[in-house]
Amino acid sequence: MSRFLFPRWTNALLPFVLVLGAVAPLYAVMFVAYGFSPKTTEAGYMPVQPVAYSHAVHAGKLGIDCRYCHTTVEQAGFASVPATQTCMNCHTQIHRDSPKLEVVRKSYETGMPVEWIKVHKLGDYAYFNHSAHITRGVGCVECHGRVDQMEEVSRVSPLSMGWCLECHRNPTDRLRPVDKVTSMAWDQKAEMTRQQREALQQTFNIHPSENCSTCHR
Amino acid sequence: MSAIPSSSSATGGRLPGFVEVDNTAETPGRRATLVSHMDRFNQVTRQVCQVAESKRPPFAWYAAFAVSLSLVGLLGFCVTYLFFAGVGVWGLNNPVMWAFDITNFVFWVGIGHAGTLISAILFLFRQKWRTGINRFAEAMTIFAVICAGLFPGIHVGRVWLAYWLFPIPNQMDMWPQFRSPLLWDVFAVGTYFTVSLLFWYVGLIPDLATLRDRAKGTIQQFAYGLFSLGWRGSNRHWHRYERAYLLLAALSTPLVLSVHSVVSFDFAVSQLPGWHTTIFPPYFVAGAIFSGFAMVVTLAVPARQLFGLKDMITLRHLDNMNKIILVTGCMVGYAYSMEFFIAWYSGALYEKFAFVNRAFGQYWWAYWIMVSCNVITPQLFWFKAIRTSIPLMFILSLVVNIGMWFERFVIIVSSLANDFIPTSWDFFTPTWVDMSTMLGSFGLFGTLFLLFCRYLPMVAIAEIKATMPQANPHWEGWHAPTSHGGAGSAQAAHASPSATHAPDAS
Repeated sequence: MSRFLFPRWTNALLPFVLVLGAVAPLYAVMFVAYGFSPKTTEAGYMPVQPVAYSHAVHAGKLGIDCRYCHTTVEQAGFASVPATQTCMNCHTQIHRDSPKLEVVRKSYETGMPVEWIKVHKLGDYAYFNHSAHITRGVGCVECHGRVDQMEEVSRVSPLSMGWCLECHRNPTDRLRPVDKVTSMAWDQKAEMTRQQREALQQTFNIHPSENCSTCHR
Repeated sequence: MSAIPSSSSATGGRLPGFVEVDNTAETPGRRATLVSHMDRFNQVTRQVCQVAESKRPPFAWYAAFAVSLSLVGLLGFCVTYLFFAGVGVWGLNNPVMWAFDITNFVFWVGIGHAGTLISAILFLFRQKWRTGINRFAEAMTIFAVICAGLFPGIHVGRVWLAYWLFPIPNQMDMWPQFRSPLLWDVFAVGTYFTVSLLFWYVGLIPDLATLRDRAKGTIQQFAYGLFSLGWRGSNRHWHRYERAYLLLAALSTPLVLSVHSVVSFDFAVSQLPGWHTTIFPPYFVAGAIFSGFAMVVTLAVPARQLFGLKDMITLRHLDNMNKIILVTGCMVGYAYSMEFFIAWYSGALYEKFAFVNRAFGQYWWAYWIMVSCNVITPQLFWFKAIRTSIPLMFILSLVVNIGMWFERFVIIVSSLANDFIPTSWDFFTPTWVDMSTMLGSFGLFGTLFLLFCRYLPMVAIAEIKATMPQANPHWEGWHAPTSHGGAGSAQAAHASPSATHAPDAS
């Protein structure tokens, strides 16, 4: 009788098959959950900007406040990117002939804006309001990281939904007095007690919503 | 009708002059024969295996396969079109947000239930007649659940996000709503499919080994050999097989009741008049078994004719199934009337309206198709002449299938179309995509079933042998071979009719 039975050497494969059967589905789930997460795919995104502008120099060394350039951040949902005129407030006086500023000067002459590349881009389906966060004690550094130490700006946060929810579920430790909102080096966990932060939450009346329609309007 | 070439089978040639044995009568003290015209175990093996072993199947198989496969093509086209264009290509619109998609889903899930009932509950109750029909009823279950699973998958709108149906960890920290019956449904149907598949496959192993041992071609030997998992029919194999089978039967038994109960929660948990009733779970389960058995009859009648299985799927099997159709048909009829009674008795204005509207509103025709197919038609099965008439039972089973499809349509669409606020009322009209997708799902079902018929044993060879009188060690027709002595013959007589060594009982 010629019939197919498993040859002896296949017995050695059995443990591998069993392990594969057990591990493969878990691996697939984890691969999608972590591999496809913005934590992996997008955090650390650092495009090359048309102008080699250094936040480390301007915000760090010179100590220019964030709001000097991103003027609308306290009033509007969108934190504006400065017009060329803002740059030229100083650079008509300082480094007037620097080759690094060639693009900026050209923009100033022609009136065509510099084409900055957006680093922190949320999906169009997600609503985010800067002013709502800034005016109630969420510091810039919470989401953008130590921009004052960045030569070129990169994304430190995944900007994923899970990441947003993390803070919406537990906002207390992320709060600071409004006058410290733009100071990058100031750490509320070192400077304030938990009670003080809780008091701050009371004062600001912060009860972040987790409804779908909070962000997906 | 039969086109089995007589050369391919020793017994197939007998079919044209086949005499149907009437084994439906009950004789006190005697078990009715469940296998006719056969007194040797290997006749069963040969008769079942010849379908897979014949060079080519009957012409009718090709014709049916061509039709089914074309419908699968149509299904593929419709689904692709749906993905590119969106669910707007269906007739769904506010307020009828569920229509053909969920109707087909519930219809197909319901069909599956007969298979599980036959394989699990009838097994635990030692109903031996199940062995003739359990294999292909289980196959029907699996294929029906595949067709059912298709619809929730494609109706979600953004199909690339269909994985949101499952609780998979993700960067959004987003989980399905665990309080929603729609999620319970995902679990219920998923469990149902897994357990049914396992049950079916475990039952197939000895028979796959039989096919492997009989196979002539290398590919067949390897393919059947691979899936029979090295089965050699030893006592230990049989022992473990029987344990596993019993355990799986015990696992599947609650599923017969739970799956369609959970499906009914999709409706009953909502607050829509016409859906929000406590009778739904038992009513859905009865309806599922009703439609499932009708589908088994619909498939069994041509299959036994075409593949020469009349000796194993006898009139008694069909008669029994028709009785179940009669019983469950009465239950369904009772549920219909009880819904009306409760709608009146509750005094709830909207509830009352929903039911009057169901019978006399814009979908009155669907309602009366449902009632005449599901309540009135099965009553004909009170007559034995109808229960044992092959053409009549085939027609009636088709009628029941149609009726049960309309039942789901009536429940879903008539309740949604006329809800609380008259200004939002509307009339659902299916588009050609709706129609073609439904037809296509029948094509998918047919294709899978025809492939199963062609390549796998349609009847549980090993199991059915055990129901033959020859399998009884005290069978009077048994003559111990004198040369082997008492002990040897007793052992031979006790041996299970195994896959690899079917004992010849003469």
